Amino acid sequence: MAKALPANLEQIEVNLKKLTNQRTRSSLLGIAILILIFFGGTLVSLEANAGSFGRGIANFFNYPRDLFVDTFEMGWKYWPRVIKYIPELIITLNIALFSTSIGFILAIIFAIFSSRNLIRNKRVIQFTKFLMDVTRSFPTLIIAMVFLYLMGKSSLPAVIAITIHTAGALGKLFTEAIENCDGKPIEGLSSVGATWTQKIRFSVLPQVLPLFLSYGILRLEINVRESTILGFVGAGGIGEMLAALIQWNYGADVLACMFLLVGTIIALDYLSAYWRHKLIGANQ
Amino acid sequence: MSSSLAIQRENIRKLFPDTFKQARKSRLRGQIIFFLVLVYLIVGFFTLDVVDIPKKWKPQNAAMFVLDTYAHKDHVTMKWENHEDIKIAFEGNYRSIYGRDNLDKSIPDWFYKNSDNVGNVVEFNNKGKAILYKDKVEIVNFPKYERDFTIKLNSNGKPYLVGSEDLVIEDLKGFRITENRVEFRPTLYERIQVYPKKVEIHRYSIGWKYFWFDFSSPLEPYSFFEALGLTFSKERVVPEMSNLKLFLTEIKDNEAFMHGRVWWAMLETIVMAVLGTMFATVMALPLSFLAAYNVTPIKALRFTLRRLFDTLRGIDFLIWSLIFLRAFGPGPFTGIFAIGFTDTGTLGKLYSEAIENTEKKQQEGVQSTGASKFLQHRFGIIPQILPIFVSQSLYYLESNTRGAVIIGAMGAGGIGLQFLGALGTGNDFENVAYMAILVLAVVIFMDRLSAWLRRILIGSDQLIVR
Repeated sequence: MAKALPANLEQIEVNLKKLTNQRTRSSLLGIAILILIFFGGTLVSLEANAGSFGRGIANFFNYPRDLFVDTFEMGWKYWPRVIKYIPELIITLNIALFSTSIGFILAIIFAIFSSRNLIRNKRVIQFTKFLMDVTRSFPTLIIAMVFLYLMGKSSLPAVIAITIHTAGALGKLFTEAIENCDGKPIEGLSSVGATWTQKIRFSVLPQVLPLFLSYGILRLEINVRESTILGFVGAGGIGEMLAALIQWNYGADVLACMFLLVGTIIALDYLSAYWRHKLIGANQ
Repeated sequence: MSSSLAIQRENIRKLFPDTFKQARKSRLRGQIIFFLVLVYLIVGFFTLDVVDIPKKWKPQNAAMFVLDTYAHKDHVTMKWENHEDIKIAFEGNYRSIYGRDNLDKSIPDWFYKNSDNVGNVVEFNNKGKAILYKDKVEIVNFPKYERDFTIKLNSNGKPYLVGSEDLVIEDLKGFRITENRVEFRPTLYERIQVYPKKVEIHRYSIGWKYFWFDFSSPLEPYSFFEALGLTFSKERVVPEMSNLKLFLTEIKDNEAFMHGRVWWAMLETIVMAVLGTMFATVMALPLSFLAAYNVTPIKALRFTLRRLFDTLRGIDFLIWSLIFLRAFGPGPFTGIFAIGFTDTGTLGKLYSEAIENTEKKQQEGVQSTGASKFLQHRFGIIPQILPIFVSQSLYYLESNTRGAVIIGAMGAGGIGLQFLGALGTGNDFENVAYMAILVLAVVIFMDRLSAWLRRILIGSDQLIVR
């Protein structure tokens, strides 16, 4: 016994050293890879960029300064023009809210058909998961551009694009939520002979709905940004207005639109944090 | 049985009146919310013109779009004034004409002299034929059509379908006749148009022709694998360069699919996403420590940093990219900084919350050994939050790839701009499809890569939130 201990300790020492070495080595390797990526990326950027990096840095404040100078020249009494753009903002918000709602409903359907604890058929699960992967991975812009081309200028392409993307993105999160929910309520309902729909309605949904809503609110915030961007390519709303104003070089109006947008996004940010806090408590 | 159940239920209800009242109240609230959502959806349905989808949806356009994404067409053009000079051009491109001497590009085998040795035959994939004569076009042998047709020019030089008065509507299916044009399009894949000045025939075939080597490439006669095999042979296809070099440059400089440009653009987009995320991580790391209350005692600093994060995030990457676009011009730097600035805000907020949620005990343990503040943070906090940091950053890498495509489309370059350009030309839809598939593949790849890295680095690919 007394003799065995030192040998053991030695072994531990050796193992520890080996582990430490391994750790150091993999850390160094990781850092080396990161540095390589950094330099490679910088080279690509320098090669591809139209203007030089240094001049870009020097010019950074030019545009914001121009905007503010323009606004100042107009005089601050022109600030009520912010109000002029509120209807455009409402269009953007409407697009976001509507497509988030429809996407939310679609995502629930997707999630139910791709959760291992609700569906036995593996094929169905794989197919739904694949569908979600595809809808989630397409940038909304690409879908919107194609539909804009096919349907002409309107808000509809944005609605379709955001709905498709939202369905996939939320569907994935919802699937995880359903698969991680407590199985006991489902068993309980099975024991009293509940049908499949009843099980979902009375055991799964009450467990996951707060989480769903919380994810949905987060998505709404993201979608407001998305619908602004889609406005930029012709889907209407404040994005389109902003694009036009930039083209016409109406500095004061551009700034007004930007303030409106930033204000909305920050307000939504706080609002969504507050709602989600209320829904799922502080520690989630 | 049921009545005794009802009695029992009544008893329970009497025993716990408060619980039941509450349940009814919350159910009522749920119903009201459901009703409001329903009302909103109906309102949204009309305000966003969703009802107009059937009106705006032009199946013809959509069908043409989809057709062009997976098929290619050859144009055959004959001018009436010189009926022997028939041009066969790939996709109607004046630079891709078959049978021109300088290109050594032989006439395709679906175009030949008719058995009467007068007319020229264009044979479609469905065995239907259009025979071009000096003064008429004969349409023969089309499946599902009982009879053949002849299109001629009348004395005013306008095209007309011979004997169309005798035909029933059923026979005329596929024809569209206007004053200056007779068009025959039995299916999407065949199209014959006769104008007063010329005849134009579109012959569709499935597939992406010239995907590897373009029309005028010396390697075009070979398939991809044949050409790959040629790179191992000593005999040079063209004397100027080795086969391997030729193989690579021909693919890179493909005029139809522009692999070189598309892949370079894709690389730019990936660089934007990766370097942008790196930039944000590096910026957010120290700032988040300064914004956490268990590290920084100065309240004013914390407050300032928190608001800085909010502002960076609130000025969406749309606006950031507009500002940077003016400064850097089109190119990856715009994307890198736009993503970097936005995500410094996002990651800074998430990181600082993660730091605030760390266990105090580990830090106290390090403190008990007499370690300095810096060492306390290094060994008390960093080991706890590192997995969260890594997981968050990698998670944002995937969404930033999509963001980089969007920033690119708004002018920063990369695949987004290429995509916009291809869509804008209105007829390069196979390129649109190619790039869409490429973007899809890269985004899915980044998603998988980030999940895989998260799994090997921290043992779980689920996003750790705080």
